[in-house]
Amino acid sequence: MTSFDAIVIGGGHNGLVAAATLAKAGRKVLVLEAAADVGGAARTEEFAPGFRVSSIAHVLNRLHPDVIKTLELEKHGLQVARTDFMPTVALSKDGPPLVLHGAYGEVLTGSTPSEQSAWKELRAQLLRYAGILKLFLSRRPPDLAGMSLKETAALGQIALALKKLGKEDMRDFLRVLLMNVADLLDEQLADIRLKGLLAFDATLGSHLGPRSPTSLLGLYYRLAGETGGAAGAQMLPKGGMGAVITAIRSAAEKAGVTIRTAAPVAKIIVEKGRAVGVALDSGEMLRARTIVSAINPATTMLDLVGPREIDTGFVRKVKNIRMKGDAAKLHLALDRPPQFSGVDAAGHKGRLVIAPSPDHVERAFNPSKYGEFSAEPVMEITLPSLSDPSLAPAGACVLSAVVQYAPYALKEGWDAGKPKFLKAIMTQLGTYAPGIGKSVLHTELLTPADIEARYRMPGGHWHHGELQADQMLMSRPVSGWSGYDTPVEGLFLAGAGSHPGGGVSGAPGLNAAKRIIAMKG
Amino acid sequence: MAQATRKKPVSKTADAATSARTAAQSHFRTLRLGTPFQPRIDALARTQDWYNWAGYHAPHSLWDEELEYFAIRSQAALFDISPMTKYRIEGPDAEAFLDRVTLRDVTKLKPGRVHYTAWCDDEGFVLDDGTLFRLSPTRFRLCSQERHLPWLLDSAIGFDVTVEEETEAVAGLALQGPTSFAVLRDAGFAGVETLKIFDLAEFPHDGGIVTISRTGFTGDLGCELFVPADKALSLWDRLMSAGELRGIRAIGYTALNRARLEAGLIVANADFTTAEHAIRADRLRMPDEIGLGFMIDLEKGHFNGRRAILEARAKRKLRHVLVGLEIEGNIPAEHAIVYHKKHQEVGLVSAAMWSPMAKRNIAIASLTRPYGDTMVEDLWVEIYAMRELQYQKLMKRAKVVARPFIKLDRRTANPPADF
Amino acid sequence: MKAWDAIIIGGGHNGLVNACYLQRAGLDVLVVEKNDWVGGAATSRELTPGFLYSNCSYVCSLFRPEIMRDLELPRFGLQVISYEGGAVFTRDGDYLANYRDHDAHRREFARFSKRDAEAYDRYSRDVTRQCRFIQPLLMRTAPDPTSFRPRDIGELLYLGKKFAGLSSEEMALTLRFWTMSISEFLDEYFETDVIKANFALSGIIGTALGPMSPGTAYVLLHHYMGEVDGSVGAWGYARGGMGAVTKALAASFKASGGTIRTGAEVDHVLVGRGKAKGVVLAGGEEIYGKLVVSNADVKRTFLKLVEEKELPDIFLRRVKNFKIRGSSGKVNIALDSLPEFPALPKDSPVYRGDMHFTDSMERMERAYDDWKAGRWSADPFLDMVIPTTLDPTMAPPGKHFMSCFVQYAPPKVNGREWTDADRDGFAESVIAQISEYSPGFRDRIVHMEVRTPREIEAEVGLTEGNIFQGELAFDQLLFNRPVPGYAQYRSPVGGLYMCGSSTHPGGGVMGAPGRNAAAEILRDLAKSTSHMSPAHDVI
Repeated sequence: MTSFDAIVIGGGHNGLVAAATLAKAGRKVLVLEAAADVGGAARTEEFAPGFRVSSIAHVLNRLHPDVIKTLELEKHGLQVARTDFMPTVALSKDGPPLVLHGAYGEVLTGSTPSEQSAWKELRAQLLRYAGILKLFLSRRPPDLAGMSLKETAALGQIALALKKLGKEDMRDFLRVLLMNVADLLDEQLADIRLKGLLAFDATLGSHLGPRSPTSLLGLYYRLAGETGGAAGAQMLPKGGMGAVITAIRSAAEKAGVTIRTAAPVAKIIVEKGRAVGVALDSGEMLRARTIVSAINPATTMLDLVGPREIDTGFVRKVKNIRMKGDAAKLHLALDRPPQFSGVDAAGHKGRLVIAPSPDHVERAFNPSKYGEFSAEPVMEITLPSLSDPSLAPAGACVLSAVVQYAPYALKEGWDAGKPKFLKAIMTQLGTYAPGIGKSVLHTELLTPADIEARYRMPGGHWHHGELQADQMLMSRPVSGWSGYDTPVEGLFLAGAGSHPGGGVSGAPGLNAAKRIIAMKG
Repeated sequence: MAQATRKKPVSKTADAATSARTAAQSHFRTLRLGTPFQPRIDALARTQDWYNWAGYHAPHSLWDEELEYFAIRSQAALFDISPMTKYRIEGPDAEAFLDRVTLRDVTKLKPGRVHYTAWCDDEGFVLDDGTLFRLSPTRFRLCSQERHLPWLLDSAIGFDVTVEEETEAVAGLALQGPTSFAVLRDAGFAGVETLKIFDLAEFPHDGGIVTISRTGFTGDLGCELFVPADKALSLWDRLMSAGELRGIRAIGYTALNRARLEAGLIVANADFTTAEHAIRADRLRMPDEIGLGFMIDLEKGHFNGRRAILEARAKRKLRHVLVGLEIEGNIPAEHAIVYHKKHQEVGLVSAAMWSPMAKRNIAIASLTRPYGDTMVEDLWVEIYAMRELQYQKLMKRAKVVARPFIKLDRRTANPPADF
Repeated sequence: MKAWDAIIIGGGHNGLVNACYLQRAGLDVLVVEKNDWVGGAATSRELTPGFLYSNCSYVCSLFRPEIMRDLELPRFGLQVISYEGGAVFTRDGDYLANYRDHDAHRREFARFSKRDAEAYDRYSRDVTRQCRFIQPLLMRTAPDPTSFRPRDIGELLYLGKKFAGLSSEEMALTLRFWTMSISEFLDEYFETDVIKANFALSGIIGTALGPMSPGTAYVLLHHYMGEVDGSVGAWGYARGGMGAVTKALAASFKASGGTIRTGAEVDHVLVGRGKAKGVVLAGGEEIYGKLVVSNADVKRTFLKLVEEKELPDIFLRRVKNFKIRGSSGKVNIALDSLPEFPALPKDSPVYRGDMHFTDSMERMERAYDDWKAGRWSADPFLDMVIPTTLDPTMAPPGKHFMSCFVQYAPPKVNGREWTDADRDGFAESVIAQISEYSPGFRDRIVHMEVRTPREIEAEVGLTEGNIFQGELAFDQLLFNRPVPGYAQYRSPVGGLYMCGSSTHPGGGVMGAPGRNAAAEILRDLAKSTSHMSPAHDVI
């Protein structure tokens, strides 16, 4: 029988990154994945005969450069070229669309010259400020109560970056940090399509509307990500998101990681306050010095460890993590590529966004507060088979869309609500791509309830916990335990529920592994 | 009446619900509740000296606070403990649940036994102390000073257990003093003399059940009795008439407080601040800082605060210590500041008195370590004694002494003495 | 020609506080007020014979006791009487009351949830801890975090030290508190909707946010930081209506030799060579002063009273971006008898407190959705008080004055100005709601005054009718209030200061902005501030 130094629970991208990093540091690592395949919500799956799609995450925009470097992902098949950068198209119902080209709108077309220069200024400002916050991504959140010299030095570095902005810029930074995105956009832009797009991007994946204070942070989070060295750039990986997973998996296996799929963990075994192993659903017990959970923090602590081994206050905090998703995923198998009005061929290969105005996004958000879905949903659409024909039969097309707002706890229940919501989505789609309804061969709509069941994401929340100011940094996943450690010795968290959060970045996995190595775990 | 005829006909159940609601609303007219014993206590309350105990009006004294104390020490004293917060904890996991919540090992607490315990938050700060009664393998009663329902319910997540607040439903009496067991026997509680210290047993009373435990808060021979609220008065009468020839007297809190101090017992939010009420971070206390370290059982499984307590012990983060003091002279040093070498402030006296039983001037004080811990020499208290509108300031030598300040063999003697 | 030492534009409570402190420092001070009366939004007006209306602000708690003492306001008639309770009426004919007595309060909560009843102590401890952290900041000038001046660094260190003094749990809560919604914060303590709604109201009053908006937990603190004579967090009525506060201030000011001119609207501030020289009244009259202090909000001051060319672009841009959307209105009612609420026992102390009809978080939030859509709420949130139950001076015997604070009311209706018909519709939504719980209410109405943001702006001069002179969001608090770089009561124009609620620490009848501004002015003049009490200790 082989013995392992570390067992990683969950073979999503963060689990694989953590495992690979630990293995590269000389640990013998076993990854346990419940599903038949690794990849979690970043798999490429066939949803209709001949049609394949990136399961949940469908745009690569924030895989952390340290992850690519540490795991040498380029050697393992990950390809990122500037030419892959996809444009973003803000669709418009009654006019030509507006297009952001290059890395998050290095060039803006479809708008007035004055708007173009306003955007140039705003984009530069957003990137400057996101650049400050970016410094937090690849390290543990600061521990306020007992800061080590190293941590203080790291904070000093951030303070220095802030100082470098100059006085007035720093003042603006401190003012806008926790602002709502709608107000900021109103201050600086005029084009309602551009404002709608940015309002959508800021609130995508969170239970916030563009008028909710702190919603601007969502835009910073997005822009703190980079692709191919360009902040805000995004691309559709060839072969879907699963291809990224394949590269990470290959790096992990190369480093000696053992991966077992279809091996769901039932229990983390704790003896005298220390995690010593796991028990599988099958009853099999595996022991290791270090247990790394790259799955949801609440599932880890409440289900796998269980409340008996942890303190009540901690149980309370974990239960209080807000993680009810609002985003649904739509997959359409189309018999031919759709035609979005006014959008050129290059645009169709981009990210097509339906978010006509910040007010529209806000109105879409309103019902979600009361457990109702948006009557006129907002969404981000990609047609991945246009750039990668292998994803669909010849002549046919895959449509993949993230749709908001679809509250996890729908009052009427998703059984009753799903057909109605689908109808609302199709109506909205039909407005921008007339006739699209007629070319649908197969439909798959994943509500947050479906996402929860299929991908073991509680609440169907892809960040494994709302990514809002009060659940970020020192407060992620819970205050007092934000640095990947847990109250159970030898047990670490490495998933998106930990700092810095979700999206296919690998940062939580990498940071956690670094912490474990530092703790000699 | 005219109004009534205009009213639409409503169902009887709706009417009943409305009148129940109206009755429940009317509590605002009675800001201080009476306990189930109130009619009897009112009849004896010659001093009319009341205070607010957790929303109930409770007597400081009934007829003479000095003499009430002597009733505890020489006869039998009856004290109403109904306002104490009580939780009924029941279920297959009740033992495991309490083992996780409280400091002591509950698996060692046999059915029919009681222990004094405490419980902490995640940081190892004491939320409260109290007594835990094991009424059956799966049924417990937890009595405490403060209220803890949200904490207990959140602690119950993952356990097959129910937690119910039963403060109003259950009435309680403490019967304390050398003749207390004789009173019980005369009252017809057959077999009560077999109870050893910290034993409990159920006895029939008035068509119901009374739970009698050989426990108390006086350091003397005595028991505590718990009974459903509707049987309270008959229990009181039963004890009073049986005790008439044994000198039974009802007493108020002042007398009890003296007895508990002699016994060296501490009171939450008098001798330490409970964690859920501490607004100032430096007022929080770990068990080791208030003399409850003996409860901590590191051999049992996980319990709340374990990690923090271990860490504090290992990293020497314990900052306070609770000690018994003997102070020269006979002037009570209540709330006096404690000094080292007469000038360096090192702590505060939380309770103090001249002890009639020990004939010593005693006190409980909270000191900043290492004072009271490894440095126990040259300690002083500064007493501000108000005499005819002037403070007589006295600097008196204080000596750290063991608690309890008095030890009465009759408290634990088996069978209990039959005076 | 006479030149005053200082001219204060606007006789609101902050203007008067500022004027009092300057006058007492030996300056010769003139207050110019556009209305024929002083008081700004803290007035008592006899709008119908025999009835005094607290027609804007209506309850008192935040006004700093240090100021009351320094300016001898009790001597000039100020008296504050604590509320006795409060309640939220529920739609099923019951109510949830708040009682001053701790145990009655707990038992009342226990009618709805035993758990929530026992959760109150922890909730109140945590809120108290946060208040204790923030309260001392009210009477201090906010530091400029971008500055290297010793004073700013000192203030930042003070903040840092205070923060470091917290336990790690408190630190964590502080960080979260500033960015949480009141709804989420309450979810961590309570399970019952009506109990949450009961507390949430303090998180939205005066704010253009709903209870589910991040940042509203802080707004709750803002309303908890006051006191009535040492009873922290308590609210009360000023005897004689809120005008009693400004009446006492005006009397104190005059007694110390100050001059007030009413009916004197300022058209603009006289500026020469980048320095304020005085003011020009609407009639053209010029009044000279060595310095000018504006009690008006920052937008009114710099976009209407000062010429653009006198201001740096970046300042102007920031002032234009200052968020000051009104969110509330008032319906003030004279009643010929005390209204009856069948749900409420006749001897309930709740009549002598604040009453509400919004019994769920969803109703409260939906009312906010109406505001976002540019409408007044069909199911508004009311904060209703009947001060005459405790203060006999405001109405004839047996008759009553009722003040209804109403949320939400947008600054514009569907993007256009309010009309009289809108105003009447707004009032009707309020009367209809009260009538549901108080049959025959309409018949008791003797007279009514309805104030939408339009009326509030026109009469009081508050831009967009915002009662806090600017929204209380994080981007407009502390060193960001009113705008970064000018958060220390000074402006780009030499000798022109700000002292209104647009400045730190913000709105409510608190007086702290007026006082803090006076301290900065006296510092610039190198004058003593020995007549100003330091902030009371928080121990």
